[in-house]
Amino acid sequence: MARKLLLENINVPGIKSFDVYRAKGGYRSVEKALKTMSPDDVMEEVKKSGLRGRGGAGFPTGMKWSFLDRKSDKPRYLVCNADESEPGTFKDRFLMEYIPHLLIEGLIVSSYSLGSNTTYIYIRGEYRWIVDILEHAIAEAKHNGFLGKNILGSGYDLEIYVQPGGGAYICGEETALIESLEGKRGNPRMKPPFPAISGLYNCPTVVNNVETLATVVPIINMGGDEYAKIGVGRSTGTKLISACGHMNKPGVYEIELGLPVDEFLNSDEYCGGIRTGHTLKAVVPGGSSVPILPAELFYKTKEGVARLMSYESLSEGGFASGSMLGSGGFIAMDETTCIVRNLWNFTRFYHHESCGQCSPCREGTGWMEKVLHRLEHGHGSMSDIDLLVDIAKKIEGNTICPLGDAAAWPVASHIRHFREEFEYHVKFPEKVAHSPF
Amino acid sequence: MGTVQSEIKFSEEKLKKVQEIISRYPEGRQKSALLPILHLAQREFDGWLSVPVMDYVASLLNIKPIEVYEVATFYTMFNLKPVGKCLIEFCRTGPCMHNRADQIIEYTEKKLGIKVGETTPDNKFSLKAVECLGACGYAPMAQIGKFYYEHLTEEKMDKIIARLGQDFNPDNKYEI
Ligand SMILES: NC(=O)C1=CN([C@@H]2O[C@H](COP(=O)(O)OP(=O)(O)OC[C@H]3O[C@@H](n4cnc5c(N)ncnc54)[C@H](O)[C@@H]3O)[C@@H](O)[C@H]2O)C=CC1
Ligand SMILES: Cc1cc2nc3c(=O)[nH]c(=O)nc-3n(C[C@H](O)[C@H](O)[C@H](O)COP(=O)(O)O)c2cc1C
Ligand code: SF4
Ligand code: FES
Repeated sequence: MARKLLLENINVPGIKSFDVYRAKGGYRSVEKALKTMSPDDVMEEVKKSGLRGRGGAGFPTGMKWSFLDRKSDKPRYLVCNADESEPGTFKDRFLMEYIPHLLIEGLIVSSYSLGSNTTYIYIRGEYRWIVDILEHAIAEAKHNGFLGKNILGSGYDLEIYVQPGGGAYICGEETALIESLEGKRGNPRMKPPFPAISGLYNCPTVVNNVETLATVVPIINMGGDEYAKIGVGRSTGTKLISACGHMNKPGVYEIELGLPVDEFLNSDEYCGGIRTGHTLKAVVPGGSSVPILPAELFYKTKEGVARLMSYESLSEGGFASGSMLGSGGFIAMDETTCIVRNLWNFTRFYHHESCGQCSPCREGTGWMEKVLHRLEHGHGSMSDIDLLVDIAKKIEGNTICPLGDAAAWPVASHIRHFREEFEYHVKFPEKVAHSPF
Repeated sequence: MGTVQSEIKFSEEKLKKVQEIISRYPEGRQKSALLPILHLAQREFDGWLSVPVMDYVASLLNIKPIEVYEVATFYTMFNLKPVGKCLIEFCRTGPCMHNRADQIIEYTEKKLGIKVGETTPDNKFSLKAVECLGACGYAPMAQIGKFYYEHLTEEKMDKIIARLGQDFNPDNKYEI
């Protein structure tokens, strides 16, 4: 059995409650940090652990924390990104719903290290029942002296508040999230300045994903060096993967980074294989924004090396023949899947979610959706296929935030790997309504 | 229910909640309370935000009405038109689509005799299509009130409609 650091106690009855969580060793990292470590000591452990942001970009967490402007006389903020809206991603929900105290514990230790006295959890508005779960956990932690004034007699004060969003994918982008938390529309800001210099209320701010902050708990408990021994290369530690699509056992799994992709998809410990009687056609390994891989390039790189579930291995081959680990939203599709329909659906999503600030993103996603609708419904032409590639290229790199890129990448990769299927839609329009693809 | 909203004022208890929410932010940053309070208002005033409701929220936060309108129009969870007593929000994004979301939506449309975006004449149900709700592994799914209903089938939709058509409280979890 693989090592579990986050979900070790997930099946313990009552683990949602403070008492059971505590009895299982919960909140030890808070005692350790606040009683025996300085804020900088905590940061050093996080740096040593090699932890990389679990929200998708994979930026080293300790480094990000070290960029936080500590010289400014303004208050500093930690904001937990619980907006989780990337299609295929549902791991943060699982963690918050079933083991909420792990997040609260991680938030206390991280806030202490960063010097935040008010920390917000920005959660997507649709997770309404989870707001209640988190608020209950916060109240329990406070009641037991782990939140509020002078925590454990250390002189450190902290309040945590849960802020619901309003239904907007873009508010997961950290600067849009900050705008939203200020009570505004979720329009991303230009970076730099990064939030670490000027974020919430123009104060120095660190935004981290739910899973990233929960992972600080095992790091402090075991020490950064020990944590760094798990995993492979620069992909240290464990990672939550939410697996969905055409498989026997969709769900949330904690893996050690470096697990062979074949084992993840096909062993009974994880996804249990593609649904019985079917074969794998394609995988989107890291949430809808990352490039799609046909089955053969999923299992092995172009050079024939077996792929692993790690940041490096999944991106081996770059955009030409690789993909990304991203948020860990793993979508498997079998041979019944229509790739054109999948892309049309994703593109509609990005068009719907574009905040509208930059014309390449606002207009480009709209065009792409229109052209794909045409192709999918048998009214397309061969030139439409190149038109799509052209529009995608014009969006990429020309926008304020990466939503534009996130919309462009799937278009480029779906067409690169499955061009004949797009051509089939043009050649046999009468067949595509019920095409085998 | 519906279009007539007689008195637009929170109860004393809700006003206390409003004050508690405002106290979460630094002095002068009460605008941060806008989204939580819009949710509160939508829940309190028949499931949608009319202009008078938005104006009321603006007055509570001491901000301009336009600041409320521009936010309410940006986020998809805020309904700017009346909705039926029970709003069913189906996810239609990729992973759900690959697991029969389209069929379940169509089935429900036929059963209720309305399309997505419409409300039944008796004002009991409204249908809405939304994007990925973070339940992709439990597809197809819908949000109804505070909770998610997952692994939907035609039979499950029959049960949901029969049960929630009797009476519906968005804060209740109905075991189907
Ligand atoms: N979990 C989810 O639901 C979703 C995740 N994503 C992921 O988001 C990723 C893109 O996120 P971004 O935040 O735009 O990426 P980014 O690379 O700009 O930033 C990543 C993090 O590092 C920080 N950072 C980077 N350089 C810095 C510097 N020089 N100084 C201080 N801080 C610095 C940023 O503030 C941010 O917190 C995509 O790769 C995608 O996988 C996208 C959509 C949804
Ligand atoms: C369009 C868009 C949506 C995003 N959505 C999320 C999200 O839902 N959750 C998340 O943690 N990060 C999301 N991100 C990434 C954040 O901007 C940011 O990189 C992340 O919260 C940093 O946390 P981490 O370093 O712990 O990963 C999104 C980025 C973009 C461009
Ligand atoms: S790229 Fe799209 S979502 Fe991002 S700021 Fe520009 S218009 Fe908005
Ligand atoms: S695709 Fe439907 S919940 Fe994610």
